[in-house]
Amino acid sequence: MSSRRILITGISSDTGGLLAQVLEGARDVDVVVGVDTKDPRHEFQRTEFVRVDTEEALLRRIVTAAAIDTVIDTRLIADPLAAPRGDRVQEVNVVETRNLLAACEGSPVRRIVFKSAARYYGCDQDDPAFFTEDMGRAHPPRTPLERDIVEAEEALREFASANPNIAVASLRCADVIGAELRGSHLTLLGLPVIPAILGFDPRWQFVHHDDVIGALAYAARHELQGVYNVAADGVLALSEVASLLGKPLLPVLPPWGTVFAGAQLRRIGLPVPVELLRELRFGRGLDNRRLKSSGYEFRYTTREAVLKLRAQQRLRPLLRSGSDSYRYEREVEAFLRWSPSVRSAAPREPPAASAAGNGPRSFDELSEGELIELISSLEPDALRRLRTYESSHARRERVLDALDQHLARLGSTERG
Amino acid sequence: MRDPENPHDEAPGATVELAVADMQSALSDRGAGLRDHLPGIEPERQLTDWGRSERVEAVVDRTLYEFLYRYWFRVEAEGIDNIPADGPALLVANHSGTLPSDALMIAKAVKVEHPRRRPVHLVTEQRLGGVPGVGMLCTKLGAVPAHPANVRRLLFDEEQLVLLFPEGPDGARKSLKERYRLRTFERSPFVSYAARAGAQIVPIAVLGAEEALPRLARLNMLGRVIRLPLAPTVPLPAKFKIRFLEPVDTVDPRQDEDGLAEDIRALIQENLLEMVAERRSVWLG
Repeated sequence: MSSRRILITGISSDTGGLLAQVLEGARDVDVVVGVDTKDPRHEFQRTEFVRVDTEEALLRRIVTAAAIDTVIDTRLIADPLAAPRGDRVQEVNVVETRNLLAACEGSPVRRIVFKSAARYYGCDQDDPAFFTEDMGRAHPPRTPLERDIVEAEEALREFASANPNIAVASLRCADVIGAELRGSHLTLLGLPVIPAILGFDPRWQFVHHDDVIGALAYAARHELQGVYNVAADGVLALSEVASLLGKPLLPVLPPWGTVFAGAQLRRIGLPVPVELLRELRFGRGLDNRRLKSSGYEFRYTTREAVLKLRAQQRLRPLLRSGSDSYRYEREVEAFLRWSPSVRSAAPREPPAASAAGNGPRSFDELSEGELIELISSLEPDALRRLRTYESSHARRERVLDALDQHLARLGSTERG
Repeated sequence: MRDPENPHDEAPGATVELAVADMQSALSDRGAGLRDHLPGIEPERQLTDWGRSERVEAVVDRTLYEFLYRYWFRVEAEGIDNIPADGPALLVANHSGTLPSDALMIAKAVKVEHPRRRPVHLVTEQRLGGVPGVGMLCTKLGAVPAHPANVRRLLFDEEQLVLLFPEGPDGARKSLKERYRLRTFERSPFVSYAARAGAQIVPIAVLGAEEALPRLARLNMLGRVIRLPLAPTVPLPAKFKIRFLEPVDTVDPRQDEDGLAEDIRALIQENLLEMVAERRSVWLG
């Protein structure tokens, strides 16, 4: 594979930041440049950050000067609750997308990967049970957000047909589940009791954030072209999601006049997006087989993603305090990167998503109980190595004790 | 404008056909290779991706279906061997009654009589999904909204048995006077569904259902408000006879689809009239 020079937009979002961390860890990627209007929230090894508005002339200068060949666009706002306050969603989703595409025209860029959203398909009674990429919408967009997504995809399609020498891939992501993310479905599922519409049990499908990042990286590195649905295997009923999360499902919303009820809730200060109300009624399922047949392997099924969400929800109260959040300082970053006094950056463990598949789990991911169960099946050599690894990494006392005991027992039997 | 005098007015059927053709040509590049990428079954789950619930279905099957099948309708099924043991098949039957007692009994008959006990997926009207409670229950019991892509996925990709009423909602709107006279099959592109999925069509003649739940009145205003046609809430205990006919091959997609649909309709009609002529009593068979 040829070397890559990649530009990532929306680098200060979680998706953009984590994606940059994955890509800068890849050996065949030469350069990673990230642009955004805000400072990044993730620490990068070699990703260059440029604070720039999505303005065509400026972007074109960056793209040409750095000889960028791949642009990954992660800016799209797919959820009203994920939109930063005071931000104009249409501006970001439509105008800036057009600007970015215009900047790529006639530049060294040969590949564009666009992160789109499953809300493109809308949510209606006469939807198919599984949307494939070739299906359009049965109805015109119903909400401003849907209209923006459709317009952005249209701009992308026009661009692709006008520039046949540029490979354009659009990844329509289902609702994303991830630790740091915000979204209307995550807010809903975060409530102690999950409200539902009386008489409806919609089919919902999610995708884990790791898989979104993995799919974006995969699309950029394997020259995917066209539209791909990014959604985990398995479509769950909302009642199934609730029981997986261990929460009661309460059908409090009326089946008739739901929109009116939603408006009343908004009036008393509860943000209930119109899209969510429709999804609570009809749900949505995507056919992910095109992406799977291109070779990408999903790490999580929808059910596993929901179980991850459960773990996050239960751990959140414990983890909220004492987080060492990274702060971007331009001078510090410049010093770390360019100063001759800096010996070498500490090698960071590559993030899990870089595996982009079902890699073997490391010992750190195993729980104490699982590890202790494992011990009895290991050879003495492996045990000693595990002992040194554990004492230098996680240092879980129960694990260390169990290891010591087992080693001592082995030693005594060998001697005896 | 449609001609109300001409029952063979093709306009609505033709547009459906066109849409299907478009979709199929778009789907044609998604060959059989994609079948390997269907999501695997997670044994921890009790629902399928379609929303069908094993638990709900088992409960209703053991109680209501069993009672209706054995004691209320006293169903007699013949020709069950015409349902293939594996591979896709589109089951096509005459439709009647406001509640799909015919569909339930066909599905139950396949489950009880067929050696492989294959599940049957019933294709229902799409607007059913918008009715609170009813749509949810139908989905849990294995009904699938009538979208061409849904039928395609069930037949072609998942190789299931799909039950479809080509008369569509017209069948349920038949009055008692018009019973056992099949409406046109042209509204439903069912032959092209089967042909493009390489599935056989198994025609089915159902006797009894048309007397069990007759449509009593044509109350359009009320029907529009409650969105369901008016009918007795308890089906009358008519004797059911279900005849599974010889499967029809659709391997050659070049053959005239409308002609084949008409042949199948004639076949079912013929068998129905024969069964009506043979029976001595509506209630005792």
